[in-house]
Amino acid sequence: MGNRTEKKISIRELSDREYFYGHKACPGCGGSLALRLALKVLGERSYAVVPAGCMSAVSFIFPQMAFTCNAIISTFPGTASMLSGVAAGARALGIKDFHAVGFAGDGGTADIGLQALSGAIDRHDKIIYICYDNEAYMNTGVQKSGLTPLGARTTTSPAGKRLRGAFTQKKPMFEIVAAHGIDYAATASVGYPMDYLRKLEYASRVEGTSYIHVFAPCPVGWGYETAETIALAKNAVDCGLWYLAEFSDGKFTLNHNPGEFSSLRDYLFGQSRFIHLQEEDVNTIISERDAKWANIHRAWRFS
Amino acid sequence: MNHPIRQNSFKPPKDLAEYPVGTAFPSGHLVETNASWRSHRPIIDALRCSKCLICWLLCPDGVIHSSKQGGLEIDYDYCKGCGICARECRQKAVTMEKEGL
Amino acid sequence: MMLEQKAFLSGNEAVAAAVRLARPHVIAAYPITPQTTVIERLAEMVEEQSLKAEYLHVESEHSALSACIGASAVGARTFTASSSQGLLYMAECLHYASGGRFPVVMMNANRSLALPWNIYGDQRDSLSLLDCGWIQAYAEDAQESFDLIIQAYAIAEHPDVLTPMMINLDGFVITHTYELVSLPAQQDVDAFLPPFQTTNKMDLDHPMSLGFTAGPAFNQSFKQLQHLAMMAAVTVIDEVEARFRQFFGRHYPGLLETMHCNDAEFILVTLGSVAGTVRPVIEKLRSLGERVGFVRIRYMRPFPDAEIRKALAGSKAVGVLEKDISFGFEGTVFTNVNSALMRTKVVPPRLRNFIGGLGGKDIAAADIEQIFERMKSTDDGESVEFI
Repeated sequence: MGNRTEKKISIRELSDREYFYGHKACPGCGGSLALRLALKVLGERSYAVVPAGCMSAVSFIFPQMAFTCNAIISTFPGTASMLSGVAAGARALGIKDFHAVGFAGDGGTADIGLQALSGAIDRHDKIIYICYDNEAYMNTGVQKSGLTPLGARTTTSPAGKRLRGAFTQKKPMFEIVAAHGIDYAATASVGYPMDYLRKLEYASRVEGTSYIHVFAPCPVGWGYETAETIALAKNAVDCGLWYLAEFSDGKFTLNHNPGEFSSLRDYLFGQSRFIHLQEEDVNTIISERDAKWANIHRAWRFS
Repeated sequence: MNHPIRQNSFKPPKDLAEYPVGTAFPSGHLVETNASWRSHRPIIDALRCSKCLICWLLCPDGVIHSSKQGGLEIDYDYCKGCGICARECRQKAVTMEKEGL
Repeated sequence: MMLEQKAFLSGNEAVAAAVRLARPHVIAAYPITPQTTVIERLAEMVEEQSLKAEYLHVESEHSALSACIGASAVGARTFTASSSQGLLYMAECLHYASGGRFPVVMMNANRSLALPWNIYGDQRDSLSLLDCGWIQAYAEDAQESFDLIIQAYAIAEHPDVLTPMMINLDGFVITHTYELVSLPAQQDVDAFLPPFQTTNKMDLDHPMSLGFTAGPAFNQSFKQLQHLAMMAAVTVIDEVEARFRQFFGRHYPGLLETMHCNDAEFILVTLGSVAGTVRPVIEKLRSLGERVGFVRIRYMRPFPDAEIRKALAGSKAVGVLEKDISFGFEGTVFTNVNSALMRTKVVPPRLRNFIGGLGGKDIAAADIEQIFERMKSTDDGESVEFI
């Protein structure tokens, strides 16, 4: 990763301060865990920017404020642009040693927020952009987003006789930001928390724009028992549907090679959003996964 | 304290003069608890607990804290009973018990 | 007070010169005709370091205002500029800035809104956004544009106001025409305009949560406070103008300017640069013994309803000339003027609404004379007359 040294994070070194507490997220919400852990690493000198979406809807309900650090809700498309403004304003005022960190969902990142994110990366604004990916517009009631995976049932991509859930693949956000030549990007999962923490710590030292895409299961939208969030987030990586990787200095690095994949069918059929899938759908998902991994093996370094 | 607690003395604004300027309010201000969401509550068995802190790490609500006695305790005001702590504990030291028992 | 310099500047260049003197911390803007030369001049000033500001090349107008709000939310002074399509693209952010009470200052080059496409000046863009909670001023020339920018920061940032402000310049007619502009010295502007202080911001010493949700129990009170703050701006505008006159010698008459209204039978109400065409017609008609008068509205928000009533009282006919139309009804300026007049028991017998200048259509002195003829006529006429 260039000449920036890596720092191993141990659980005991993490701050015991809670920066996201008393919020109204659903029990077992992967996104809220991703946000909570990020702020433990980034600390109290953080300005958090959170767009309209799950994380803001549950934490800024006057007079209940669940962020204990500075935080502001942005417009839905405006996470990255507000972050750029926060960073520029703080810089102009001579404020030092701060983090401007955004927490946007998949819809707020890959769809409505993509333009502003592209601009921020282009400007190399010193911000940390974290996309918590629960694979649909969850706050508004589970509608299909650009990051809804193939076959997933959502309220706007229903599973019926003719169409069986979402019929497009996830937008490759990690590759999209990498194609911008972003200073640092990473994929992560709340099922691999130590890897996620390491990447947060790294991003906190990047002199430029960082993007972390953290896989964050949603019990309500995906249809599984709340206690399974971490296990599911781990399974997604183990069965190859998600990958842990980094992009820096123009190079892709795979952090975790699952080797033999765990059962993709077990992963899918453990969630009610996939139970309608036919055998041919599962085969499509498997072959798309295998094609992606063939590319990874061919083109990416392995750490 | 490393986490906010519920403000018992907060009175909601009535006159316009009592309202904050803009949409700005101090961070870390809690007036409601989430305890009523639970149907089950986690109980930590201190004898089985190895203090690995995995449950503390993975709680989406951050309600597991180090107690003064050196073990772990749960802030039941804000625990939603999701069960992740019980599911992820390697020592099977956390059990989910039905509320009201 | 130091001696002022004079420079031959376009309206846009005057705006840029004023912005430099106001010392914003962050400038974020996206180019759109006819605003472009403002942000080009500012970029040159940043390059040569005569202006020390963070200049963000944002990728859209929505991002421009969103970035300014972010910067304002940490306590920075900000500036942006736009026009027509761009102003509408940032429309959600206009409400966001005003509701969040962030005193962003913006220059808007009034330009016709598509469709059809048209880059020339009319006022449909800003007048269609009167409800967005921004203070809205309309300049007549480059000097006033310059002075309004300086005053804007004093008005917007005042703790009783904390409301963003939009300064409107007619596209091309003001933005791109040149006149002699007096420029005060930096140290005098520094004395007039102290640094931006606010408690409405994120603060590493006192963590705050901004931009929150307010449900049915609380929301209306926040909005009422916002309305009251805009009303408080009326007094603040007077104070700022008085102070401005002390510092820089130039006198501004508040929310509206009147000419010969004391004894006028027929009064024309309008805003912006067309005033320059109206004045000689007023002088000509008065020299012929006609009792005509003129009101130039300078601020559409807060609306000068008391001042309008006072200026138009006793007249026989009022004509409102505006460069916009609210399709299906009448011109918005007329609606505002009419509503203000309806609060008195004495309303001028005839009120006529004239729509002109759309898409940059020329309004000539002859058209103004024709408007006064229409005001004298006692026929019922159309509710709205396109000239």
